[in-house]
Amino acid sequence: MPKESSRREFIKRSTKGAAVGGVTAVAVPAAAAESAPKPLKTAHTHQSTSICPYCAVGCSVVVHTLGDKSRNVKPAIVHIEGDPDSPINRGTLCPKGASLEEFVQSDRRLTTVQYRAPGSREWTRITWAEAMTKMARRIKDSRDQGFEATDAQGRTVNRLGNIAMIGGCTDTNEINYLLSKFRFGLGLLAYENQSRL
Amino acid sequence: MIVAKLIDTTLCIGCKACEVACQEWNDQEYTLGTFGGTYQTMPDLSHNFWNLIKFNEMERDGGTSWLMSKYQCMHCADAGCLAACPAPGAIVPRANGTIDFVHENCIGCGYCITGCPFDVPRLSPTTKKVYKCSLCSDRTAVGLEPACIKTCPTNCLTFGERDELVRIAEARSVELKADGFADAGVYNPPGVGGTNVLYVLKHASEPEQYGLPKDPQIPWTVSLWKGPMKWLGSLMFWGTILGAFFHFVIYGPQDPAKHGHPEKEDEPSDKF
Amino acid sequence: MTNGWTDVSNADVVLVMGGNPAENHPVGFRFVMEAKRLRKAKIVCVDPRFTRTAAVSDLYVPIRSGTDIAFLGGLIHYALTENKYQRKYVEQHTNASFLIAEGFGFSEGHFSGWKDGKYDKTTWQYELDGQGYAKVDPTLEHPRCVFQLMKAHYSRYTPDVVANICGCTAEEFLKAAAMITIAAAEDKSGTVLYALGWTHHSFAVQLIHAAAMVQLLMGNIGMPGGGVNAQRGHANIQGSTDMGSWNNLPGYLKIPRANQGTLADYLKANTPKALRPNSLNYWGNTPKFMTSLLKAYYGPHATAANGYGYDWIPKVAEGADHSWGTFFDEMHAGKMEGLISFGMNPVANGPNTPKMIRALSKLKWMIVAENFETETAAFWRAKELAGSEYPQSMKAEDIQTEVFLLPAACFAEKDGAFVNSSRWLQWKEAAVDPPGEARRDQEIIADLFLAVRALYEKEGGKSPEPVLNMQWNFAKPHAPTLREVAREVNGVDLETGKQLNGFSELKDDGSTACGNWVYSGSWTELGNQMARRGQVDPTGLGLYPEWAWSWPANRRILYNRASADDEGKPWDGTRAPIRWNGKRWSGDTPDYKADAQPDSMAAFIMLPEGVARLFAPDLVEGPFPEHYEPAESPVDNALHPNANANPMLKTYKSDMDAFGTAKDFPFVAITYRLTEHFHYWTKHTSSSSELQSNFFVEVPEELATEKGIVSGTKVRVSSARGDLEGPALVTKRLRTLKVSGRKVYQIGLPIHWGFVGKVHGPLINKLTPSAYDPNCGTPEYKGFLVNLEKIG
Repeated sequence: MPKESSRREFIKRSTKGAAVGGVTAVAVPAAAAESAPKPLKTAHTHQSTSICPYCAVGCSVVVHTLGDKSRNVKPAIVHIEGDPDSPINRGTLCPKGASLEEFVQSDRRLTTVQYRAPGSREWTRITWAEAMTKMARRIKDSRDQGFEATDAQGRTVNRLGNIAMIGGCTDTNEINYLLSKFRFGLGLLAYENQSRL
Repeated sequence: MIVAKLIDTTLCIGCKACEVACQEWNDQEYTLGTFGGTYQTMPDLSHNFWNLIKFNEMERDGGTSWLMSKYQCMHCADAGCLAACPAPGAIVPRANGTIDFVHENCIGCGYCITGCPFDVPRLSPTTKKVYKCSLCSDRTAVGLEPACIKTCPTNCLTFGERDELVRIAEARSVELKADGFADAGVYNPPGVGGTNVLYVLKHASEPEQYGLPKDPQIPWTVSLWKGPMKWLGSLMFWGTILGAFFHFVIYGPQDPAKHGHPEKEDEPSDKF
Repeated sequence: MTNGWTDVSNADVVLVMGGNPAENHPVGFRFVMEAKRLRKAKIVCVDPRFTRTAAVSDLYVPIRSGTDIAFLGGLIHYALTENKYQRKYVEQHTNASFLIAEGFGFSEGHFSGWKDGKYDKTTWQYELDGQGYAKVDPTLEHPRCVFQLMKAHYSRYTPDVVANICGCTAEEFLKAAAMITIAAAEDKSGTVLYALGWTHHSFAVQLIHAAAMVQLLMGNIGMPGGGVNAQRGHANIQGSTDMGSWNNLPGYLKIPRANQGTLADYLKANTPKALRPNSLNYWGNTPKFMTSLLKAYYGPHATAANGYGYDWIPKVAEGADHSWGTFFDEMHAGKMEGLISFGMNPVANGPNTPKMIRALSKLKWMIVAENFETETAAFWRAKELAGSEYPQSMKAEDIQTEVFLLPAACFAEKDGAFVNSSRWLQWKEAAVDPPGEARRDQEIIADLFLAVRALYEKEGGKSPEPVLNMQWNFAKPHAPTLREVAREVNGVDLETGKQLNGFSELKDDGSTACGNWVYSGSWTELGNQMARRGQVDPTGLGLYPEWAWSWPANRRILYNRASADDEGKPWDGTRAPIRWNGKRWSGDTPDYKADAQPDSMAAFIMLPEGVARLFAPDLVEGPFPEHYEPAESPVDNALHPNANANPMLKTYKSDMDAFGTAKDFPFVAITYRLTEHFHYWTKHTSSSSELQSNFFVEVPEELATEKGIVSGTKVRVSSARGDLEGPALVTKRLRTLKVSGRKVYQIGLPIHWGFVGKVHGPLINKLTPSAYDPNCGTPEYKGFLVNLEKIG
């Protein structure tokens, strides 16, 4: 897998993508006498391949970032478009996929840990460390309260019934596997994902 | 080489991916719409929305029919906007046949709007310049397809050499006729010298059903302006008195209903 | 999906039913359009609404929401009576020839064994011979063979009965039936594409069973361009399901029941025995899968002496369930203390929103890891943010739930694999860092788990062993890389330390560890197979075996052995996914032993029968799908008015679980997605908000005229659970249906809005009932009753 395609490679890939549609790809340089078209916004980007996080067609996307990750540079996404190499989408995307750049950089993204105390009317910002300490305590206290080592017939059941866990369908297999370890570590049974809904 | 965009409306599923790809690639500002009673994103094009899928729901041939078609600059061979434009270098016919607006040269007179038989260009109320699809001249210059075409999932949109696309479109309408759509055909109106955006239509004798004018012509006022009067007009534009006179001749009295009055539309929209 | 997206272009006929791919899977739909364009495939769209899929279909048939089994039952009847089924396929590859026990039958809406609101399934079983094998009649003539029983069962589903129940005309049904059964020819394939339009019913599993029956009768299972194909709705809902649920461990191994006290008990109860002498019965390897999973979970703590740590896996009480509906009901009853949510939004997506909000308000604490502040994270603000919509919700001051809202990385900020609908595991790269203080989920999970473990190490507590013994041996325990995790999931030979090549190498003696046997082969000694980008397509069928990696064993078409007859001759020589060359099968990874003679074993190696089930004795409400009305229905069941709804329907009895009748709520409602939005996420983005800024209610033209409603008129939609308001979109696309001699109107409710985001609108699930499928626990979001009033 090319880690970073050069500009030339990318043009070549697009050409292939276009050829699938049955039409020869055409590059159309502006004639010398014309005023040049505006500069290409992906001209100097680093390209990473990813998969669209929406429905499960599984379209591949190319994420264009600016910034080379050197000491003071944090790359930022300038554009996301369909990956022409994917036999699934061949560079195409749907209206949600075509707007992924805007999803990643939405001004509604959460960037701080928020805490809501019992009975409070508002969120307050807390640190990760504080949140971890508190959350681990809640989980342990609830588990100690609700864990059933043996049932009424004296059989070993090692199950937890008073904590539920949901989610995972928006995240990778590996995250789901870690969640399964977390869950079975606790002995938790009430565990569901979006496939039920 | 002349390039073109082929829109095979029989393959359009109205997904609007092309709308979004256009918005995203061109870094357009997004606006919230008010409910218009259809699935259409907005009632009409605007200065920051250059590519619109029109939805037309009807009963025909004994069943429900829902026609979807893409509406944007047609990149005419004989471009009315270009003919009408008095500002040198504001509308550039590129060597590949696309019509590109160069905004630093645009004076915002709006004549191109009048000149367009497809009612496409739109004046921005804030920049006072006119905007429309460029067929992604920045992308095509480096061998990339225009954003809308690249993203189209169903092969409804194709980019390529015009002659080749005309052949493909004609072959496709032959195929559709064989499949029982006797009225299938290609939309490539001669009134504007042909367009560099071609359509395959199931009901080719009724382009209006797809929101396309049946026989688009450059308005006679613009033709006049373009023809014997243009040399004079170019001179006179810069003269204030005669300029005002021609404004009336060409533009006629203002008809706010005609162009979807973009200013008014933008008013209630929340910018975000 | 049994097949995959790219394979759909091999179809000759595409039945789109219970799904709307042009709107919800537009890119996947390109393969439907390709089939139509290049193969001249026919698209048949059967849907309550004329959708964007219907707009490009060759035939659209409207049906009343929730009557799909009647329609499919009608297809079965049509195929059998018109001789439009693939006889040889049915004889060789299905259980049509199996004999069923004496006494099996169906009357008055119930299968045999119905007593006191329960089924005794004794008469639903195969008749076995002395060796424990099912008896068969290859002529399919025996009155108790599945084929004859099936014929009798569906004899009631005539075109007129179908039309009367579904609300289409008999002519429309027959047109569709003729088109769909083109695929009965050996050299024709038909695919079925479905999604939540089938799963959102209180008889969802039976509905999909009915589709599988149609596809088996057509000889379409295992064929390119065939199969039963679920179009999944979230990027990794497939992978998430593969990794377990309330009743499954990873790899579809069952979570033990309390009466399975030892590993030996568990394996005895969960390892099936072959039901025919020629059945490979691959699940016979369950001990290898389970032991290897336990080794992955408990590492060195798992020994032969302690049953590989089997004790530490929780055991479900016999008959208990911990599915969504149940635990939210328990939460509502105050029996739960905590909820941990990684990327899920029950306030928006659970049925009966007011009950969801009330349930969350009874928790002590809730942890939500998310990209955005969702309705769930903000449930305690419902009154503040959308008070008028939630009159029954409590003031924030009165809600004692402590809430932690954790900023999590999004897809582009992490690597790892998503499994698409085609079962392809595709690896993605991390492009950027998470914004601000947001963190990658693997770090959040690791930190939290290790913090809990540290408390048990320090303080002790109730049964600490499961927490302490769970293996967590990553190079940086607080920040596992997903590469390490993926390697553990694939599995390793513990003696050589080498990555396994696939699940055939798993052992039941503790010498292999594997986190999910169906993914074994995804990260071998050759590296990450999921990141492969090869373009070759040797079969020419669009299988792309070197692009990413498909579970199981990189197989692209499940049951592909059934694409050929008993002798190994492909049904369609132009379209064979696998071929027998006299020594081996080539092409796709065979769903068979690679070097087994075609006649040496039956085709369906994953089933103990060795053949596919037309008759499925393990389902809860009957071995054959039967038409039942939704929990709320405008009409009586035309087939058996005394057994109206699913006899095994799952409901709950809290004070918030109300059901309505047609007297007060005369219209059928359906909820659905629109192309322009993704679930409840994209209201946080400007682009999708621009494309569909406003919630609306789709109203059939005739009803609108009756009520004096035009597009834009404000209407109120109410159900027994609640009500909501919005502008009407009057449309011809919702046809008036004639059902049991009366008019039935259907109301359309798109789902994408809520009380947080760039655009706001009512949460549709305010209206939906807590009525669930008894097999799998999916809620009935399609086909419930509402009233519609003009208020503007």
